[in-house]
Amino acid sequence: MSSQAHASPPTTRRRRSTGRRLAPYFFVAPFFLLFAIFWVYPIAYSFVLSFINTRQRPWTFDWDFNWGRLIQDDFFWNALGNTMIILAVQVPLMLALATLLAVAFNSELLKLKGFYRFAFFAPLVLGAVPYSAVFRLVFNEQYGVLNYALESIGLGAVPWLYESTPALITIMIAMTWRWTGYNAVILLSGLQSIPLALYEAARIDGAGPFQQFFKITIPMLRPVLLFTFVLSTIGTLQLFTEPWLITTTGPGNATETLVTYLYKQGFRSFNFGYASAIAYTVALIAVIFSLLQIRLVGGREVER
Amino acid sequence: MRRDRLIRSIVLHALLTPLALLFLAPIVWMIVAATLPNNEILAAPPTLTPGNALPQNWADLNDDLNFIRAVTNSVAISAIFTSVGVLIAAMSGYAFAKFRFAGRALLFTVVIGALTIPFEVRAIPQYLLVARDLGLSNTWWAIILPWLAYPLGVFFMRQNMLSIQTELLEAARIDGASEGRIFVQIVLPIMRPALAAVALVMFLFQWNDYFWPLLILTDKDAYTIPVALGTLVGLTRVSWGGIMVGTAIATIPFLLLFLWLQRFFIAGITAGAVKD
Repeated sequence: MSSQAHASPPTTRRRRSTGRRLAPYFFVAPFFLLFAIFWVYPIAYSFVLSFINTRQRPWTFDWDFNWGRLIQDDFFWNALGNTMIILAVQVPLMLALATLLAVAFNSELLKLKGFYRFAFFAPLVLGAVPYSAVFRLVFNEQYGVLNYALESIGLGAVPWLYESTPALITIMIAMTWRWTGYNAVILLSGLQSIPLALYEAARIDGAGPFQQFFKITIPMLRPVLLFTFVLSTIGTLQLFTEPWLITTTGPGNATETLVTYLYKQGFRSFNFGYASAIAYTVALIAVIFSLLQIRLVGGREVER
Repeated sequence: MRRDRLIRSIVLHALLTPLALLFLAPIVWMIVAATLPNNEILAAPPTLTPGNALPQNWADLNDDLNFIRAVTNSVAISAIFTSVGVLIAAMSGYAFAKFRFAGRALLFTVVIGALTIPFEVRAIPQYLLVARDLGLSNTWWAIILPWLAYPLGVFFMRQNMLSIQTELLEAARIDGASEGRIFVQIVLPIMRPALAAVALVMFLFQWNDYFWPLLILTDKDAYTIPVALGTLVGLTRVSWGGIMVGTAIATIPFLLLFLWLQRFFIAGITAGAVKD
């Protein structure tokens, strides 16, 4: 092994340096060995599979078989549309709520922090399956506690799981319940890194709480907000458990998402080629959205 | 001025309290429903105080599936995954934080890039690899292996290990300690809080993971808790009391742990969100 990659000057330490030069490679080896087998290989093979007709034996290469079908598949477009609606509606609402919560938690006016922290942050330890089970029970049209509560305060019962729009709203409420606290935790850590001197200076200049919020908090929070945006976008694109268990992707296909559709194609119909094309679409959209959000929201921060 | 603050504080609490109760409601209902007979869970008005049907619900749950087996599987899988995975993440994080070596920047970029790759892109080949090529269907390793290279863990460990003083490592080297020994006897002990945080996050991730286990587990005896509960939720005739007992068992240990170790949970969650 040559030593030209090494920056340190050749001194008396040379005798020790072989072990030291090789040590980092030894330390990263287990990770990257596993990474090669369980990340790199599947990602590459998935790409290849998307160009293979897996509906016949033996599998044959056919570059247009899956992608051509994808373009014309109404069920795919429906799943994509549902995913995008959830992305466009639920993510901004949730992040707005999470930002307000983070500001509240950061305020010295708030007492009983332990109670509020538990209420808003406890959902983040719940698994998707347990909470989906609870929500399916709560949102039950005839017997659910939610409809009972709505009726008892004079509002009508809503067919949460049996009509398209309410079903989508159910999914969005469930996701908001589960992920608002998670995002608030991240945003709170961002808030705490904003220098207090900025607020003091603003107060001296006579800025009220609202002005401080929009002129200091939001701009300073931008990188962290961007981070939560990207995380939530990727998470929503991968949405599976909630529609799978709460609404069983219904009624009809009203809450079918990209990944529930992928699951049906891949593991109900065992059409691996087509499912791979859907998977790559999910990844592609994730990459596009991440880049777009970094460009739009975070342009300046990237250079810093 | 002080009155103004008091009023603002009251408004804040008046807005936040109903929202907090709304957020707590599903968890409270889960626990209450676990103790109610089915007809009371689905009655109008619903019973909102705990009942005495817990033993019956537990029996219902075990009629439908081998829940104790699922708990055993989940505990074993999550424990093995966490102990091996944390060690692998700590080793890589240490190399990235405390060594300069050719390829470091590129490899670290790969780790960061992997954080944004949806699992679904790996799912199908991984299924073929694990189920067909390796023949591991319905084993613990089928669940453990695909996530053992856990990029978030590496990233988190690297960020924390940047704070290790290089002088400390140099002193050990001068004393003649081997690199492996330095890692085990110096680095790991001083990194205990960070290791705990990452272990908590990885354990919870594996405990709750659903999509991959759902793909690879076909044998009832191999089910993890989420897969087992998932099969019940989909049934048309369900014992909701039984399901709520199952969800409560899957959840309550972590709710208690969260109360006790909030600091570690929050450290794990905010990993990477704010640059130092």
